[in-house]
Amino acid sequence: MKLLTHNFLSSHVKGVGPRGFPLRLQASEVRIMPVEFNPDFVARMIPKLSLGEVPTEPIQGYEQNEDFLRTMHHILLEVEVMEGTLQCPESGRVFPITRGIPNMLLSDEQTEA
Amino acid sequence: MERSIFELWGHGKSPEELYSSLKNYPVEKMVPFLHSGSTYKIKIHTFNKTLTQEEKVKRIDALEFLPFEGKVNLKNPQHIFSVLEDYGLDPNCIPENPHNIYFGRWIADGQRELIESYSVKKRHFIGNTSMDAGLSFIMANHGKVKENDIVFDPFVGTGGLLVASAHFGAYVCGTDIDYNTVHGLGKASRKNQKWRGPDENIRANLRQYGLEKYYLDVLVSDASKPSWRKGTYFDAIITDPPYGIRESTRRTGSQKETPKGIEKCPESHVPVSLSYHLSDMFFDLLNFAAETLILGGRLVYWLPVYTPEYTEDMVPWHPCLKLISNCEQKLSSHTSRRLITMEKVKKFENRDQYSHLLSGQCLPYQGHNSFRERYFSGLTKRIAKEEKSVQE
Repeated sequence: MKLLTHNFLSSHVKGVGPRGFPLRLQASEVRIMPVEFNPDFVARMIPKLSLGEVPTEPIQGYEQNEDFLRTMHHILLEVEVMEGTLQCPESGRVFPITRGIPNMLLSDEQTEA
Repeated sequence: MERSIFELWGHGKSPEELYSSLKNYPVEKMVPFLHSGSTYKIKIHTFNKTLTQEEKVKRIDALEFLPFEGKVNLKNPQHIFSVLEDYGLDPNCIPENPHNIYFGRWIADGQRELIESYSVKKRHFIGNTSMDAGLSFIMANHGKVKENDIVFDPFVGTGGLLVASAHFGAYVCGTDIDYNTVHGLGKASRKNQKWRGPDENIRANLRQYGLEKYYLDVLVSDASKPSWRKGTYFDAIITDPPYGIRESTRRTGSQKETPKGIEKCPESHVPVSLSYHLSDMFFDLLNFAAETLILGGRLVYWLPVYTPEYTEDMVPWHPCLKLISNCEQKLSSHTSRRLITMEKVKKFENRDQYSHLLSGQCLPYQGHNSFRERYFSGLTKRIAKEEKSVQE
């Protein structure tokens, strides 16, 4: 699971709503997978991210700041969690990550209507 | 899918007509491609006739009156011009003179060669319902997929639709309720192969075509219960939901609802077998698309229909999505599927707002919940009924 994806995931446990984000990530195995740097794509992703208690406006001119984009590229696209867990911050329900793939399945009772 | 596109500069039913037509084409439109710094070549294409080299040269020479100022480069010209001569469709009756002659500047060739190179026959990882390569490219086109887009497939299966989108430079992700398919485990779909090898998964398919850099993630997830936070982040959602024929329609259920004889997926510990009524599935899909697509983003999906009862108002709708196209593909004498393309034109307000609005519209489509039975109606209806009772 890449960290870009983690930023879009939320818990859908019943009653949790927006408090299901962000999922608490615990990684027991991580790998770094080099991915070709594409500044345009990274720049496009920055405004889509939900970064919580940080200033919501990115620094002006970030689209041209190659160092910044390279760093974000590495964090968002090259770090992969192979084994670990995602935990709902509100309910505590745990979603496992196996072989790089999160399993978000919940039974009917546990999910939102 | 077209073969080639040309910018037409002149046309006639005879060479003389062609030349006078060309003389009427505005010079200022020609000059950008004929100026002294450019390189070009002229090709002669004939349909239903073969010309000798001498005859071809004669035709090129006759175009000398055109204001070509650039240099001829036969190997790698900047601009290619073509004379197209149409000698009709009957190979047994080839006329002396062409019916029509066209002259134009070549722009592009249709990408039919893509279909061959992406053929499912050669793909490493396939499933029972892997999408034919040509159709997956058409779906990506309908989705207006372009470089740096994010494309999502909520019923990703073996990832065929992701491959097509990645080909156009989009970053791709998907989900599927089937743990084994997502992980690339379990029984193979290829004849003569028992189990899937370690290199058979969605990521490997992208790698096969040099598109691994576009792989974001795949997850095991129930499309009826999406686990995405509030926000708009997909440029396109391109998918082929299960119709309940070759792959069953499923979603997660509760412990007490699990019918006898259905296995729980051991890895996920969640019963996965409640049949997912088709109308609910499309309602969920449209709502999900309306919420997570960017404004202007597209939803492209297949809608199975029982042809004798199909009417246009069965096509699911949503106040935030505009129907762009609806194309039929026949599956059998009484069933077909429709390629539906929708575009998000209105901001999504909140999740509850739409639930009562849309439950009403499910009625026209509700008949299709028994799509599986209808598909098998007639001789095989009995078999389908038996299968259904085993599942329940």
